[in-house]
Amino acid sequence: MNTGRNPPQDQGIVVENLCKHYTIGGRWPARAKQIVHAVLDVSLVVAKGESVGLVGESGCGKSTAARAILRLIEPDSGKIFHDGVDVCALSGPGLRQYRRRAQLVFQDPYASLNPKRTIRQTLEEPLRVHGMAKPDEIAERVERALAEVGLPASSLSRYPNEFSGGQRQRIGIARALVLEPDFVVADEPVSALDVSVQAQILQLLKTLQQLRNLSFLFVSHDLGVVRNFCSRTNVMYLGRIVETGPTEQVLDAPRHPYTRLLRNSSPIPDPAQRIHLVASHQDLPSATNPPTGCAFHPRCPHAKERCRSEVPTLQAIPGDPSRAVACHFPLHG
Amino acid sequence: MTQETIAPPGQGLAPVLDIHNLRTELLIDGQWRAVVRNVSLTIHRNETLALVGESGSGKSMTALSVLKLLPTKISRIGAGQILFEGKDLASLSERDLRRIRGNRIAMIFQEPMTSLNPTMRVGEQISEAIRAHKNVSRADARLQAEQLLQQVGIPSARLRLEDYPHQFSGGMRQRVMIAMAIACRPALLLADEPTTALDVTIQAQVLAVLAKLKSTYGMSMVFITHNLGVVALIADRVAVMYAGEIVEIAAVGDLYSEPMHPYTAALLDAMPRVDRTEDVQPIPGSVPALTDIPSGCAYAARCPLKQPCCEKDHPELLPIDGTNQRFVRCFVRSAK
Repeated sequence: MNTGRNPPQDQGIVVENLCKHYTIGGRWPARAKQIVHAVLDVSLVVAKGESVGLVGESGCGKSTAARAILRLIEPDSGKIFHDGVDVCALSGPGLRQYRRRAQLVFQDPYASLNPKRTIRQTLEEPLRVHGMAKPDEIAERVERALAEVGLPASSLSRYPNEFSGGQRQRIGIARALVLEPDFVVADEPVSALDVSVQAQILQLLKTLQQLRNLSFLFVSHDLGVVRNFCSRTNVMYLGRIVETGPTEQVLDAPRHPYTRLLRNSSPIPDPAQRIHLVASHQDLPSATNPPTGCAFHPRCPHAKERCRSEVPTLQAIPGDPSRAVACHFPLHG
Repeated sequence: MTQETIAPPGQGLAPVLDIHNLRTELLIDGQWRAVVRNVSLTIHRNETLALVGESGSGKSMTALSVLKLLPTKISRIGAGQILFEGKDLASLSERDLRRIRGNRIAMIFQEPMTSLNPTMRVGEQISEAIRAHKNVSRADARLQAEQLLQQVGIPSARLRLEDYPHQFSGGMRQRVMIAMAIACRPALLLADEPTTALDVTIQAQVLAVLAKLKSTYGMSMVFITHNLGVVALIADRVAVMYAGEIVEIAAVGDLYSEPMHPYTAALLDAMPRVDRTEDVQPIPGSVPALTDIPSGCAYAARCPLKQPCCEKDHPELLPIDGTNQRFVRCFVRSAK
């Protein structure tokens, strides 16, 4: 397994110090403008052929980060390299090329397909837009992509409403793959699906990844799914990455208190391992008004004075360069 | 209500809710189709029964049938009895049912925002729920509402009474829903995926609130979910549903240590786990359509243990270890 310890800088995706903020509120009599720092100083690496997880709770900025990496949202600052090419500097044909090679699989298989288009139209459109194939090759490519995701060719003339959630997600995957990308961002691709179907889709994604040597950025809130799919994991909290490392190590021996909280809150299907439920009432802090210092300090059982004033940076753990944590007082495994 | 010592969830006592051969039907393309078939369940005092299944398995329909909350034009209870406090809810008039809903039996739903009135302060909404069933003054109801918010762990409860639902976060909103549901100290709480829309850290908090209420009041709970991890956390007993039927009933420990029905086992193998790295095993095929339920075992087409009889005959839900604690609907498993 690729631990991505020293990913070659000219391969895969390298993100450095990515930032994105939004302004909300404002206008009409003196409503104050507020700034939401959705993504703050995010750096991550997705090596070629590697699947990397981006986990966190709702509102932590994981989807914004993923979309900014695809340049579907323009980042404020920071750098994104794709096989050594600076993505933020691209425009025109170069950007179009990046948009072909970097694809997105959406969460909601109901909202992400046009209900008025047949599956054939849905799958052909990206090929036409990118001028990828001669007219007589298009049909063949579309059929091949559909077969790859395990749907019969007879589906081509049907409409999305004739398919179940799992089948639609397969169509969404086929649409991403038809352009032969090398980097795929999957934004919660299985969270809308039932367990049995979720397992089917996870297996399909794994097979496709190996077959095509795809790099995956897998955005999810479900640590179980991430453990199943990703070799490395980044944990996000209020816009920042607070811990990164090989998935198993991050989950089994978390160094950041937030990672431990997430892990301990994730239900395990085994009554013998019931976690002790504590009736606390900590809420997620608001992203418009994040706590000073370490954003996690109000919820952290180990918070000290320094945590309230000084923002911790993501630093490699001494003796274990594959892992990094943003905490002044990291846990001991 | 008198508070006697709370007995542990037990089989000896009379059940709080006793569902007998419930059949719920929906009108689909001019035909009545059964979405809940032959469901029999008992829920005891101070017991949490989890109703587990995938979408379309009939778990929500079962709960909605108990309170007859389904639209009458397109749905009906085709057969069966729902016994609660000596009455059969299935044959009760709407007027009598209204006295029970929100009073003796309460229900909470997945998305609290759609269940709360966005134009009313939450204090008023909770007071309204109390005054609908109890003869108390406005001021008393308001005081009770404040205590309820404290009980479900909402900080500065008195101030929050004045807030509107949109001023609460998702987890806090669900607590408001719970406060409203327990306002009249129901004997039974029907919780339909109450934590599915919440983040895991918030989910753990809400589950803790529910567990505490159960142990404080000896309240019984039917907890509907698709998440086997959540079931392991809070259930005493589990009923697994597939295609409108219960396929297995077991105490929570037994279900996970030794799942009997092949569907239960397959569900457990399909769930990615956070505590160990192992490959998930998808369940081949898909759930049969409502309009095309096979006459034999509904799971036969996907089952690795399938025998010739499974496709011909319909299996019964039978006790398997002689103690009336475990039931399974499977020819192969109950033959052992």
